[in-house]
Amino acid sequence: MSGQTPRTLFDKIWDAHVVETLPDGTALLYIDLHLTHEVTTPQAFDGLRQAGRKVRRPEATLAVIDHNIATDSSRYDGIVDPESRVQVETLERNVQEFGVPFIPLLDRRQGIVHVIGPELGRSLPGMTIVCGDSHTSTHGAMGALAFGIGTSEVEHVLATQTLLQKPAKNMRVAVEGNLALGCSAKDIVLAIIGKIGTAGGTGHVIEFAGDAIRALDMAGRMTVCNMSIEGGARAGMVAPDQTTFDYVCTRPLAPKGEALERAIEYWRTLPTDPGAHFDKVVTLAAHEIAPQVTWGTSPEDVLPITGVVPNPEAAEDEARREQMRRKMQYMGLTPGQRLQDLKVDVVFVGSCTNSRIEDIRAAAAIARGRRVAEGVRAMVVPGSGLVKAQAEEEGLDRILAEAGFEWREAGCSMCLGMNPDKLTPGQRCASTSNRNFEGRQGPGGRTHLLSPAMAAAAAIAGHLADVRDFQPKGNV
Amino acid sequence: MQAFTTLTGIAAPLPKANVDTDQIIPARFLKSISRTGFGKNLFANFRYREDGSENPDFVLNQEPYRKAEILIAFENFGCGSSREHAPWALLDFGIRCVIAPDFADIFHNNSFKNGVLPVRLPREICEQLMEDARMGGNARITVDLEREVVVRPNGEEIPFRIDPLRRHLLLNGLDDIGQTMQHAPAIDAFEAKRKAAQPWLAGG
Repeated sequence: MSGQTPRTLFDKIWDAHVVETLPDGTALLYIDLHLTHEVTTPQAFDGLRQAGRKVRRPEATLAVIDHNIATDSSRYDGIVDPESRVQVETLERNVQEFGVPFIPLLDRRQGIVHVIGPELGRSLPGMTIVCGDSHTSTHGAMGALAFGIGTSEVEHVLATQTLLQKPAKNMRVAVEGNLALGCSAKDIVLAIIGKIGTAGGTGHVIEFAGDAIRALDMAGRMTVCNMSIEGGARAGMVAPDQTTFDYVCTRPLAPKGEALERAIEYWRTLPTDPGAHFDKVVTLAAHEIAPQVTWGTSPEDVLPITGVVPNPEAAEDEARREQMRRKMQYMGLTPGQRLQDLKVDVVFVGSCTNSRIEDIRAAAAIARGRRVAEGVRAMVVPGSGLVKAQAEEEGLDRILAEAGFEWREAGCSMCLGMNPDKLTPGQRCASTSNRNFEGRQGPGGRTHLLSPAMAAAAAIAGHLADVRDFQPKGNV
Repeated sequence: MQAFTTLTGIAAPLPKANVDTDQIIPARFLKSISRTGFGKNLFANFRYREDGSENPDFVLNQEPYRKAEILIAFENFGCGSSREHAPWALLDFGIRCVIAPDFADIFHNNSFKNGVLPVRLPREICEQLMEDARMGGNARITVDLEREVVVRPNGEEIPFRIDPLRRHLLLNGLDDIGQTMQHAPAIDAFEAKRKAAQPWLAGG
């Protein structure tokens, strides 16, 4: 591509990773970092074995256990569920056989793959990063091109360190101005999905831009990029800047000294050039975003916390009316009901969307000096062993425990209904995770997505609540 | 991978948009380390009641759709999780083709890798095919990848388009890893260049 043509952040990273372009325009794209976990890899390693292939670059691969494990103290006594145990043991055997670096379950650095990648300094700006998990988009917050792949593609990357890909289209989502009090990165991304819809970003890579995005810390940028896939985009990214560099330079496995300086010099060339073309542009005013909560069974079913459950009969066509009636029935809602009147049974603070130290601080700030409402089960699941240790050093675990929250071990936990942390049918959950699909947190479970501060407020109130009504008590 | 050339079979109507991969195969069934055996849990939350018995209202529990080989659905099919267990579950049940107005990107990719053909057709056409599918066993639909047409029970042919490379791989049942490995010299050269230009990446 000519040096004259203005390029986007995505274009630049893409161009820098094309090994070859096939006659039909498909690119052989080089992958810098391949993150792996126990659920989406067994069949891939098996495929390699059957074909007599090896892992091309084990050192560009990192494996961790996160999805299929308990987050209570039972993990220290071994995995009870036989199928889960086999899956975990299979990964342990595979990483040994193929020489892949691995963080074992009881290592203090263990955690959710999308938390530990940036935390350890493995995910860096300018990289291409993949993982057999749709929330790989999280790492785009580093200024990387990061996206989820299926197990066949996992096998392809293990064998060749490349993927066959068609270039995506460019989409820019700008959030301009300042965020209002009580609002966070989660409210931004829920508002974006509410605006563009769950398929709004299909076929595109989203670059998140604008003052409100620039003002976010790295944890906030990760929350926003994490949910790109909920807007249909396989990848979301934020241009690397001083906030990014300050974060990277404190990470244990990140480059140091002269190597880091040289890297930063390159990373500074990555932001989108003025005048670069975007196929789609969406703009939001940050000050118009209120604390958000989902009411339905798709992340696009989102409203300000001050809202009421919508009326299906007001929808434009019968197909949509029928769809909404089904959502209402599943969620146990009636039109016109105030969202703040919805009583919750469970509160979950965790997941690759919201389990970083900043998220736990936000929940603890609301919990401090208050009590979880009678009959509500509230749990906080740190994203990694390092996040857990940091929170304990800051005394956040005590604040949360005194308020009646469970303080647990790191893992994906109640985000996906795969491990022992699940909802039972009919339970209503205020959750900081990313998907409110039917049955996502357990069959019949009812999920309302919101921010960590909003989740803590719901735990205290016993129903969905407006965090703006909760002034922090004292300093956290 | 099994090649996909032409398929004539029963089509099951699933008139829903945003069918996510958690619906196709809930996470609690992802513990297997094999690629097969997921068919019995395809759409488990709809197919079975809480006590484990079959829900007779769900289309795949009704005749003749227990033998469906084609699924007709609406927009954004396969959204959500990247789990390849979704096409594995469809395939294991016997469904080799999904027809919908559009598909989520990762599911779309994953399907091709497993010999499951996702066919994009406009909403109005999907609505017509949905009606055809509702006619049951007397209304077989043909999906011809060679000619890139869907043939309705009344004989009407509806053209569709598939990316040429993907069509080639699917028609011949080819594993793309083998193809990519033929580019090994180019990958070697790329890695050498990258190591020189971005030495901070060399170790990892």
